[in-house]
Amino acid sequence: MAEETNWSDEVFREIKKREIASVCTIPDGGLTRLLNLIKADKDMRLITLTTEEEGMGIVTGQWLGGKRSMIAMQSSGVGNCINALGLPAAMRAPCLMLVTMRGQYGEFNPWQVQMGQGTRPVLEAVGVKCFPADHPEEVAPAFVGAADLAYNGGFSCAVLVSQRVIGAKGFGQK
Amino acid sequence: MTVSNKINRRPFVAALLAQRQGALVIPGLGSPTWDCHAAGDSPEYLYSWGGMGLAVPTALGVALARPDRRVLALTGDGEMLMGIGSLGVVSAQGAKNLSILVLDNESFGETGRQTGLTSDTTDLCAIARGFGIQRTMHVTEQDKADELAAFLLKGDGPCFAVAKIGLSEDPWSLPVKDGAAIARRMRIALGIEAA
Repeated sequence: MAEETNWSDEVFREIKKREIASVCTIPDGGLTRLLNLIKADKDMRLITLTTEEEGMGIVTGQWLGGKRSMIAMQSSGVGNCINALGLPAAMRAPCLMLVTMRGQYGEFNPWQVQMGQGTRPVLEAVGVKCFPADHPEEVAPAFVGAADLAYNGGFSCAVLVSQRVIGAKGFGQK
Repeated sequence: MTVSNKINRRPFVAALLAQRQGALVIPGLGSPTWDCHAAGDSPEYLYSWGGMGLAVPTALGVALARPDRRVLALTGDGEMLMGIGSLGVVSAQGAKNLSILVLDNESFGETGRQTGLTSDTTDLCAIARGFGIQRTMHVTEQDKADELAAFLLKGDGPCFAVAKIGLSEDPWSLPVKDGAAIARRMRIALGIEAA
């Protein structure tokens, strides 16, 4: 758990440095620490969604109004976003996504595997630049690369935090 | 065709927009976008050509970033239902400067007028109230445009209205399709980008 603490704190610092004013989310277990840091920050807004694609609209709208926002979600939520990713792409609005992966290393739940394995190919098929991080120390650099490409270039960029970093959920099974 | 709504959308939207007093308008894809364009072009209209379901989330984003401006999402019944959960997000975020109007023709107008769910048992104003948006208005008459404009543009939001519009054969009124150009001119109008 010490490793998870480390990457979440580092990513939070990079979020603050870039004056990202809000984070839209459907939560994931691996995002808990980061989302709690955001919720506790009085200068930031945590926007809980009903489905992840709302984030594409909210992030694009805030960019139109001059504010930076991003989306944090589990890989299964990526599947909900595909058509919606056309909005920031058409407007050349920055769309930064932080995705914690399921269906990879030691997944317990077979229902997660199809979307987990499909996350990167599907994102790339609709033009999203992917920044995978397979180890805890790779998460913050991947986030920095993705954030700067998104905000400076007007691209959609996704940081894919491996299940190796998060750890597989065991549901109490051996 | 079972739709018996009486409101004629083009003059109704034009009457409404004539009273917008600087409100930023986020029309959904299809007819709401054509209606805005037909009423007279403005850089303060964020035309849409896609992303069904995103008119309200996009309008919420603009409203959160610009609390000094009133923001009006102008959408249809099909798009509103596709993104219906976003009403819960609007309510939870307490966007006081956000207003939503659904132009409800009870049909998927753009794709051949297939019957939509609001023709039957679905009540959008009741759904909005269920999500916690207390101020709602249901409009069925053409001459209520002024009353509706006052409801949408004055007082604290978020507020939500449905106007029951008829099916009509309106001439195409197509804005520019380049999303980057549509976005850029709004950002220039808001003073965020240099012209």
